Amino acid sequence: MNANRLFNILVPVISVLIGLLAGALMMLGFGYNPITGYAALWNGAFGDLYYFGETIRQVTPYIFTGLAVAFAFRSGLLNIGAEGQVIVGWLAAVWIGTTIEAPMIIHLPLAIIVAAFAGAFWGFIPGLLKATRGVHEVIVTIMLNYTALYLANAIVRNVLSDNEDKTPDVAATASLASEWFQNMTYFSRMHYGIFIALFAAVIMWFIIERTSVGYELKSVGFNEHASKYAGMNVKWNIILSMIISGAFAGLAGAMEGLGTFGYMSVQSGFNNLGFDGIAVALLGANTAVGVVLAAFLFGALKVGALNMPTEAGVPTELVDVIIALIIFCVASSYIIRWVLLRFKKEEN
Amino acid sequence: MENRKFILLFALLFSIGMLLAACGGSGSEEGNAGSESGSNDDNSESSGGSSDFSAAMVTDVGGVDDKSFNQSAWEGLQAWGEEHGMEKGQGFDYAQSNSDSDYAPNLNRLVREDYNLVFGIGYKLADAIKDVAGQYKDTNFAIVDAVVEGDNIASITFADHEGSFLAGAAAANKTNTNKVGFVGGTDSDLINKFESGFVAGAKTVNPDIEVEVQYAGAFDAPDDGKLIASNMYKNDIDVIYHASGATGNGVFAQAKDIKNNDPEREIWVIGVDRDQYEEGQIGDQNVTLTSMVKRVGNSVQQVSNMGMEGEFPGGEVLEFGVEDEGVGLADTNEEAYTDEIAKAVEEWKQKIIDGEVEVPQTHDELDEYLNSL
Repeated sequence: MNANRLFNILVPVISVLIGLLAGALMMLGFGYNPITGYAALWNGAFGDLYYFGETIRQVTPYIFTGLAVAFAFRSGLLNIGAEGQVIVGWLAAVWIGTTIEAPMIIHLPLAIIVAAFAGAFWGFIPGLLKATRGVHEVIVTIMLNYTALYLANAIVRNVLSDNEDKTPDVAATASLASEWFQNMTYFSRMHYGIFIALFAAVIMWFIIERTSVGYELKSVGFNEHASKYAGMNVKWNIILSMIISGAFAGLAGAMEGLGTFGYMSVQSGFNNLGFDGIAVALLGANTAVGVVLAAFLFGALKVGALNMPTEAGVPTELVDVIIALIIFCVASSYIIRWVLLRFKKEEN
Repeated sequence: MENRKFILLFALLFSIGMLLAACGGSGSEEGNAGSESGSNDDNSESSGGSSDFSAAMVTDVGGVDDKSFNQSAWEGLQAWGEEHGMEKGQGFDYAQSNSDSDYAPNLNRLVREDYNLVFGIGYKLADAIKDVAGQYKDTNFAIVDAVVEGDNIASITFADHEGSFLAGAAAANKTNTNKVGFVGGTDSDLINKFESGFVAGAKTVNPDIEVEVQYAGAFDAPDDGKLIASNMYKNDIDVIYHASGATGNGVFAQAKDIKNNDPEREIWVIGVDRDQYEEGQIGDQNVTLTSMVKRVGNSVQQVSNMGMEGEFPGGEVLEFGVEDEGVGLADTNEEAYTDEIAKAVEEWKQKIIDGEVEVPQTHDELDEYLNSL
């Protein structure tokens, strides 16, 4: 058990280091100094309070999408649809935020809860199809991503605004934006959502590790047939897992809609929050604590990378390659883990 | 028991968060010291140059190689830097945005690196510019293709009607059937400006020309664009000018379809915003007669120079027209856009500059203008 835990911590740490090393070689190969490059990355993410605030802002939705993917993984499902669930959550939150008038104590929680429900519904569809018809969730969720994207664009354009590119701002009573944080961090867009995100991580841990529901979900993930034989309702557990996963992703959308932006605009493509969430979940070994830490890493990479072209002179294209390399190595930790475990099994 | 563990874990998580925050904070001081000394060096170097005025721009998600606004703006900024003997990163630079959420951090970054003038390229940055400009009153900002109010913001817009007038003149010189068409995106003040200019241009050259005007109702409906174009070409219209974004791709598609079936038929499309020569290519023929281009680069260069000379037009809405090469026609398709047409267009351009022709901007002005012909 102890060795196993050490192993679980070591694999992601090593893969991050390999990723950084690969990025450094890349920079060396193209004649840039990797030390100034990474210094710029660090300064861009934690260099001063503004950048730190922006990093936290980026980390907040990553925690949610990471939790969403991790939760589904735990019961053996691959939720590629976090992307679409984020979009419907965002849309729902902004819809409530712009059209309803209520005091903050009702308005804000309502907007957040409705976003979670919207995401949950978007997760329920593939869950239901998987459980009752055996349709693979990957295919359904990928298709639902596009449905969500274009549906949201149409609604933003025609229902929530008068043929404009974005909705009006959400009412102050539904906003997560915090003047206090903004003043403290030189007007970054850091908002209260980070506390909700950390709290959600605790909830995820609690459900998975401390409740019988979580036990059943895990058990279905380990072995569907054994769980069925043991008298568990496998179908319901698959649906439930996708619902909870979708709710987490929907909350990520609420963070963007109520916190970062305060509106929803017509999107020309995916914002990658959901796809990055897959990498976050994998790096975090599908545990709540791991996801939070991995989300910090990804948020810092994303925000810090913007600083590399201006401060270290590394071209934007190369920065994209370096960040992709790091993420690649980080994501392949799953492969490393899988290969190692295979070997172990064979030894046994 | 359960509860206690729960609270314990929450406290633990919270303290990890705080610890991370503290790490970030303390790291920041070191990092800051490092970066400040670094950037001071940079500054002293660049101030050793001709001037310590510097300008930078933030792209929208298109990036500096989008063959459109961003690329043009960056080329303008580079030309400005060259003009004053600067190098990228010392005196001028750009920050690329990969998603909508990057606009604000990128603007902030450039402000903090002490650029005197920061451009936001494209209307998508309007909100971010407004926020950041309100927070940093000492830095000047400019937004391209949108109007944002603020004492330290210059709004760069283009005289679309003047460019469209030239497009109308070119169409009138090209048409064999004396029928030309206009396809608009949404029926709004902005697109009416294109329409009015185009109709005025065509009718001024030849009052007998019929101009059919249709609006697709959207900028992202190539299907509708194709349908409208199909009807127009069927009704003997041989030149269509579109001001409809991606809807115009349908117009190009229809023109190319017809050309494919009947290579002898002479039909043309006039592009908008940037040189749409490539969209019109089919085999070794090209249906793009010309394009009404907005020369964003020229405007960026000019505003940078104004800022450098201490005459930054803060709070003003600048309109770049034919006079300052802000708008004009592309002459890439030399086969179709003959010297004859180019010469005629040049004459009309001169008349606009001299004030002989006052190009109408609205439907009312257009009626008045047509009556006075």
